[in-house]
Amino acid sequence: MEIIMAIAAGILTMCAVYLILSKSVLRIIIGTGLLSHAAHLLVMTMGGLKTGAAPVLKDGVTQYTDPLPQALVLTAIVISFGVTAFFLVLAYRAYQELGTDNLEEMKGTDTHD
Amino acid sequence: MKNPIKKHTNDVILESATTFITFIIFLFAVYLFFAGHYTPGGGFVGGLVTASALVLILLAFDIKTLRQILPVDYKQMTAIGMLISVLTASGALLFNKPFFTHAHDYFNLPLFGKTSLHTAMLFDLGVYLVVVGVTMTIIQTIGESD
Amino acid sequence: MINLPLLPLLIPLITGVILMLFPNRLHLQQTFSLASTFLTIVAAGYLVYSVRQDGILTVTLGSWPAPFGITLVSDMLSALLVLTTSLLVFFVVWYSMYYLSDLHQRFYYYIAVQFLLVGVNGAFTTGDIFNMFVFFEVFLISSYVLIVLGGKPAQLRESLKYLLINVISSALFVMTVAFLYGVIGSLSMADISQKITEINQPGILSVIAVLFLIVFGLKGAIFPLYFWLPGSYQVPPTPVLALFGALLTKVGVYGILRTYSLFFSHQQEFTHQILGWLALATIVIGVIGALATRDVKQILIYNIIVAVGVILYGVSVMTRQSLEGAVFYLIHDMLIKAALFLLIGVMIGIAGSSRLKDMGGMIKDYPLLGWTYFIAALSLAGIPPLSGFIGKLLIVRGGFEAGDLVGPFVVLISSLLVLYSVMQIFIRGFWGTPKTYSGPKRHLMKQLLAPALILVGITVLYGIGTEAVRPFISQAVDPLVDPSIYIQAVLKED
Repeated sequence: MEIIMAIAAGILTMCAVYLILSKSVLRIIIGTGLLSHAAHLLVMTMGGLKTGAAPVLKDGVTQYTDPLPQALVLTAIVISFGVTAFFLVLAYRAYQELGTDNLEEMKGTDTHD
Repeated sequence: MKNPIKKHTNDVILESATTFITFIIFLFAVYLFFAGHYTPGGGFVGGLVTASALVLILLAFDIKTLRQILPVDYKQMTAIGMLISVLTASGALLFNKPFFTHAHDYFNLPLFGKTSLHTAMLFDLGVYLVVVGVTMTIIQTIGESD
Repeated sequence: MINLPLLPLLIPLITGVILMLFPNRLHLQQTFSLASTFLTIVAAGYLVYSVRQDGILTVTLGSWPAPFGITLVSDMLSALLVLTTSLLVFFVVWYSMYYLSDLHQRFYYYIAVQFLLVGVNGAFTTGDIFNMFVFFEVFLISSYVLIVLGGKPAQLRESLKYLLINVISSALFVMTVAFLYGVIGSLSMADISQKITEINQPGILSVIAVLFLIVFGLKGAIFPLYFWLPGSYQVPPTPVLALFGALLTKVGVYGILRTYSLFFSHQQEFTHQILGWLALATIVIGVIGALATRDVKQILIYNIIVAVGVILYGVSVMTRQSLEGAVFYLIHDMLIKAALFLLIGVMIGIAGSSRLKDMGGMIKDYPLLGWTYFIAALSLAGIPPLSGFIGKLLIVRGGFEAGDLVGPFVVLISSLLVLYSVMQIFIRGFWGTPKTYSGPKRHLMKQLLAPALILVGITVLYGIGTEAVRPFISQAVDPLVDPSIYIQAVLKED
């Protein structure tokens, strides 16, 4: 199971890198979304995958799932949700102001104001 | 940039379905919020589900209708939610306990019977308001300029 | 008061939230932020005092015991950095009241600054590696708001890049933490530091060390990863630039300092050597950039990169002396960079442009500004008895002691060239034939100069009072040299 998850995280990263290297801002944002998904999947996998056990640690309980990776992933998801939303709004504003969503075409205007 | 498609398209089914589905979603959100006490659920999910109900109204009607139904400033809502959360967490400071330390006890309430009350619930209420506030602010910011 | 380490985070957090309730009452926002930032300084000052008295302070959030819950740890290093940060933010807020237009200030400026303070103070204080990621995100999100302040086309374009770089580095941060958790099975920094010696897996630990270097290096702008900085820092208004230049890169440096002293102190010949060479390359690149440009903002921006290189060189040598130098220089650089940015902000306000060719002869009309800048510039380059001197001296001596000849030499040469680059501003901006200026902020000279002047005064005191500061720095370096002090304070074992 861990192997499959690791490969899945790898494929997600691969797609993310491909998308981030493109010129359109929207594709880049989708790429960053995929990249954070890959990171979250990796956290889950590294925490150890077990099924059928509750996330408790108590005397006498031998079978338990580590609750920490789930808490971490939840936090990271919330953060990446917020950042992606901000990124989208910013990209939209930039599209309105600069009239293009192509990073190539944005280049070379007034760098030194 | 004006949206070229005028609003009055034939979406009677969506509009009339929305009028009652919204309430079901709201109820479900409330259920999720309270379920988060000991089982999966909680303020974050509840907030997202509530926001999705509001977005449904937004899609079926428009932003003005939503403002008439719920005349709240979502940024203020976020601020109030955060204030509730932070103050709940800092409540522990008054008792010289570490920040975020929660208190809970069992009470016999009328109607509910023996219920456990938790200060973490207040914190979750703050989270709920923040999630609804932030989500709606984002959606309105993008939606308004169309 | 067991929650003392928390106060410098909690005060700005509550302030930021309350400010959100009335975003349009500008006067109230200004007064309230100033007052609460002052309160933060007082809290941070008391924190430094308590740490000096009682040693390392810890708070276990939610009363969960140390290796399982999140712990906030205030050792002397983090307490000093928190104090410095709060001081800087106070002066920058004061300065922005006059510098920024009303419209900019209404655009959630003070709120974002308060949250930035929460994030930076939190990142300095936390003792949990994942919590550090969360605080990084807090100040990054505030910095996203601040960098687009004004919304000019160039700003929007550069912020897109800034955002992208930081989103990628955040994702890498999460991945690195995941690897670390997979290997160690803990997130508490003290616990990791303790267990990392026992697991004996040098290969994967080196990978994690290099990943941390990339993550923090992207924030701190070290050699191959600095490329985004000159462009992104050019666009925001000067007070925001002062905050970014003084604080954000330094948090990255702090991250490297903390992880490399606590986690990766067992394989120094590999990880610390990479760090050392990269630091030297960073200095070289920064100096080249600073000499090549004729724009006051750009000159100082490249000087940020030089300073990061100097501090990290001190970290990479990893002797007691060089670490003391690095901490000394870190605090010095935070203060002086903020002061310099505030000063050139005044210059830009007078001239209406940041290009040196639009300036000249300013000393005639603005002598106080000129001489203040002169002192600040000397201090940046490290002329004794000003504050940059002692830090560089300790770093260089530490380098020589460790048997390295190239490093100290590069640091020394860089000091000269840094002096040359900042004197360019003095010679071309303040000397020469006077011009008539029509910049928008000429009439606000006095109000703008006051915070900058006091900040320069503080750095001068910091330099002259080296003897008084030394014991504090020495205490700050103790847990860096000997992580067991940190571990014991957090885990409370013996």
